[in-house]
Amino acid sequence: MIEIHDLSLAFPNPASPDGRTVVLRDFNLSVAAGEFIAIVGASGVGKSTLLRVVAGLVPPNSGTMTHAQSGALKGRRPYGLVFQDARLLPWRTVRANVAFGLEGLGLSRAERRRRAEEALALVGLADKAGRWPHQLSGGQRQRVAIARALAVNPDLLMMDEPFGALDAITRQSLQDELLDLWRRTSKTILFVTHDIDEAVYLADRVILLAGSPATVRSEDRIGTARPRARDDNAARALATRIRDRLSDLMDGGGI
Amino acid sequence: MTPPTSPDQPGAALPAPGKRIPPSAFLAKPSRRHRGLWALLGVVAFLAVWEAVPRLGLVRPVLLPPPSAIPQAFAAEVRSGAWTDAILQSLGHYLWGLVIGSVGGIAAGVLTGMSRRLEDFTSWVVRLLRPIPGLAWVPFAIIWFGVTPTAAIFIIVLGVFWINYFAALGAVQAVDRDLLELADAFGHRSTPAKLVKIVLPAASGAILAGLRTGLGQAWMSVVAAELFGVPGLGQRMMQASSLLATDIVIVYMATMALFYGLVDMGFVAVRDRLMRWKA
Repeated sequence: MIEIHDLSLAFPNPASPDGRTVVLRDFNLSVAAGEFIAIVGASGVGKSTLLRVVAGLVPPNSGTMTHAQSGALKGRRPYGLVFQDARLLPWRTVRANVAFGLEGLGLSRAERRRRAEEALALVGLADKAGRWPHQLSGGQRQRVAIARALAVNPDLLMMDEPFGALDAITRQSLQDELLDLWRRTSKTILFVTHDIDEAVYLADRVILLAGSPATVRSEDRIGTARPRARDDNAARALATRIRDRLSDLMDGGGI
Repeated sequence: MTPPTSPDQPGAALPAPGKRIPPSAFLAKPSRRHRGLWALLGVVAFLAVWEAVPRLGLVRPVLLPPPSAIPQAFAAEVRSGAWTDAILQSLGHYLWGLVIGSVGGIAAGVLTGMSRRLEDFTSWVVRLLRPIPGLAWVPFAIIWFGVTPTAAIFIIVLGVFWINYFAALGAVQAVDRDLLELADAFGHRSTPAKLVKIVLPAASGAILAGLRTGLGQAWMSVVAAELFGVPGLGQRMMQASSLLATDIVIVYMATMALFYGLVDMGFVAVRDRLMRWKA
């Protein structure tokens, strides 16, 4: 569904000898429709930047990206994005926040409202449609952000450390809700996190980004059927292997 | 039901069930009615002192007329029609000046805030013009417009413009970049879309604060602008003071205070309605 070839990204940096800092080099990724991909790496390695390139918010310096769409894009957007902070607009009600991406798609007001409420029902917040964001808890706000991304009915859902700012209990319940949503909506998910356990619990494939500039250092496929146990031995072993790899890279000057 | 509290505090003797009253009377929060009473007492004390000063002969009544003389002066001023004329003329200057100055200031501030190039382009002109007080424009106002309402409006516009310009400029520049990225991510990439969906609502609080400051500033400018002879409140006050009719001067001072209070109360009500999304 997404094919990324030899993607490189550099930012201008007057302090460096060649006038720029290369953030990402020779990044290749092929994502099948319906796949759940997790991208892990240390903070500041460029994971979030990678998502922004895929989202078209930041143009790449080189490389190609193709994004195959299922069906027409009428009344839809190619992707939905969830940030680490919920990033709700405080002057809009919950419902109007969810409808944010639906505006400008040529939908009627009633249609936008219907789709926003549908998306809110998906995340279990149908009864909060008329509230203001400041009246919600952190976990509820993040669920509204997920509903906003789902409302545009994208093929691809991109999430940038979406549960990083939540407490452990809320994080776990939202992880399970996300898996449930993924199963029901059959979206493709690109999930960035620095939490290796989270990546191993959620994803079909875990991609480790490391180094400066960042490159793909490993890729692991997780075959365990869902629902998965959080204390699954194979998953734990894999998480430990990825962690060891990452610390080796950091010790060995690979970063 | 009644925790220890001083018996001479009738308002504090009715605590909400389950609410503890702090032991110290200093920390105890007075009830609403109690506070209203103190506010009223303050006004009465102020009027009493004011009344006493001329009556005790400390100041000659012609220099400071006692408050008891004001209602009579007010009635006479209304009966002669002068009060209504002055108010209507001044309100006209006020509203036009306020509307033109506010709309112009907000529009210029928002545009400048959205464009770095425009900000650079205007930065030195703004630095030169901004410190010139509205009153310093009076000579030009008279040369350009004569002693006319337009000249008064011009002076008011200048005062209101800068307040709203800087409030809007600062508010737009302070808009969270993350929200603009959000707009990009959800397909609202054009400048007009960002302006309507993100920039204006995000800046609305500070823009409204600027507008409110302008409401007060405009009243000050009204008087100043009319002192040079444009008919209205200010001119009437000048006439009265040249005849030592200080009671009439006070009638108009009180009138201004009252109108400002009403306008500000109305504004706050509208603002609170607009900003009800705030925590």
